[in-house]
Amino acid sequence: MNMKRRISGVWTVIFAIISVIWMFPILMVIMNSFKKKTAISISPFAPPTKETFAGLSNYAEALEKTDFLWSFVWSLFITVGSVLLMLVFTVMCAWWIVRANNVYAKFIYLLFLISMVVPFQMVMFPLSKMSDMAGLNTPWGLWLLYLGFSPGLPVFIFTGVVKSLPSAVEEAAMIDGASVPRIFFNVVLPLMRSSIVSVAILQTMWVWNDFLLPYVTLDLQQFKTIPIAVQVFKGSYGTTDWGAMMGCLVLTIIPILVFYMLCQKQIISGITAGAVKG
Amino acid sequence: MHDVSVVSHVTRKWWSLFTLPIVLAFAFGFIVPFIIGIYLSFTTFTTITDSEWVGMDNYIEVFKDPVFLHALWFTALYAVVTTVIINVISFFLAYMLNTAMRGAKFFRSIFFLPNLIGGIILGYIWQLLLNGILSHWDLSLTLSAKYGFWGIVIVSCWQSIGYEMIIYLAGLQNVPQELMEAAAVDGASSSQSVFHVLLPLMMPSITVCTFLTLTGGFKVFDQNLALTGGQPSNTSAMLALDIYKTFYQGVGTEGLGQAKAVMFLIIVALVAVLQNKLTTSKEVEA
Repeated sequence: MNMKRRISGVWTVIFAIISVIWMFPILMVIMNSFKKKTAISISPFAPPTKETFAGLSNYAEALEKTDFLWSFVWSLFITVGSVLLMLVFTVMCAWWIVRANNVYAKFIYLLFLISMVVPFQMVMFPLSKMSDMAGLNTPWGLWLLYLGFSPGLPVFIFTGVVKSLPSAVEEAAMIDGASVPRIFFNVVLPLMRSSIVSVAILQTMWVWNDFLLPYVTLDLQQFKTIPIAVQVFKGSYGTTDWGAMMGCLVLTIIPILVFYMLCQKQIISGITAGAVKG
Repeated sequence: MHDVSVVSHVTRKWWSLFTLPIVLAFAFGFIVPFIIGIYLSFTTFTTITDSEWVGMDNYIEVFKDPVFLHALWFTALYAVVTTVIINVISFFLAYMLNTAMRGAKFFRSIFFLPNLIGGIILGYIWQLLLNGILSHWDLSLTLSAKYGFWGIVIVSCWQSIGYEMIIYLAGLQNVPQELMEAAAVDGASSSQSVFHVLLPLMMPSITVCTFLTLTGGFKVFDQNLALTGGQPSNTSAMLALDIYKTFYQGVGTEGLGQAKAVMFLIIVALVAVLQNKLTTSKEVEA
């Protein structure tokens, strides 16, 4: 028993060391964000000294050069809107597919499944042209593009959940004369709460970090998301402004950390739900 | 089966409210651009808006394009390497953290954290770190595709290990403890019980995780773009980045880019199907 506990203690120490190494890249970015531009690329591993300490100037520059706050607002606006729309419409459709179970239902389900394998590059060019022509190159236009491009995984997860719900309750409500929308919103939705939260988390992580779809569809003169804004510091031919870049990277990581601390449990269960076997 | 239940009979009348919004969006955001995409792969752009039919020309050109062919094996190698490394390490971490180790929960949170940060941001974080290390030997990530390759491998491992670890942890928690104990009582060594009892039972999780890492490996883009941008001279460009560059950095090459995208889709779909066949056949029931 004593031996076992000691071995477990040794592993705790080993894992503690691995954890520090694991976090090193992030710690290093935070450290460098307080150093002067020239000191960052010359000696990225050295802690700031009196001469190289830059205070908050990198952050000020990052905020000024990228319009970081606006990028944050647009990222948030795009993510919240598209995730909410996606949830409402995919959960409705998934329930209908399972309960109606006719040829049309099976056909659209099959199309949704197929779409999960298709890489974005396949539709990238036509989609960017179409969204330009239809005036959807705006943050609210992206709501529709996300809704249209990626309902596959949510529909797939939700149909799996609906199949596990007994339809007896819904049948009883129907015999009592409740309308279909009423049954769906009052009886079915509450039962699906935990899977809806899981899918919301998965979609949020994806849309928030997605770079390519907004990059090829948004009107970049007016709107930038955070992953797009970071690119500002990377000039052509390797002339990266590392000072402002470090400030910007830290500013990007902070909201992610807050989100992680608030929703850790839901994130874990979201990933487990998303990994249902195909 | 034959008699339609009350629920489905009544529900069917409501098809427009429940399915039309998502089906219309799906048609606009996926089906129509997909079909246009296939059409464009057989055309070439003469002006910005006009294109003419050229049959299989683009596809013939794809297989003559040295950059694409290089990207193809470069990506395949990358996908296999990352799949092996990520799955071995994340399985090991999950196995260790599933024991009664003190601090297991905290370590789990730490290992998962990088997954929340997007690929572009990760690329820049590691560019600083890896170039800092390489500069000791006067080297840099964009000096040779070899450095770029391992750089992207490291970034992807750091990002994905925590994610796959979570899936393996969930799988491990479903393995009946008695089976492992029974193996131990029967005199199996701990490595024997891992390889002959635990791994076969974990095949469903292994199927999912290798599927995600393998297809994810073929689709990698953000990390590639941010870390090396394909430098030097496109030798570190993976398929997705090469397709992107063909579309947006050439003149009149949209048809060629679209033909590459179709090939890309076929490759990803084939890999997905083959992988699923291969690992699913090894699954057992507890």
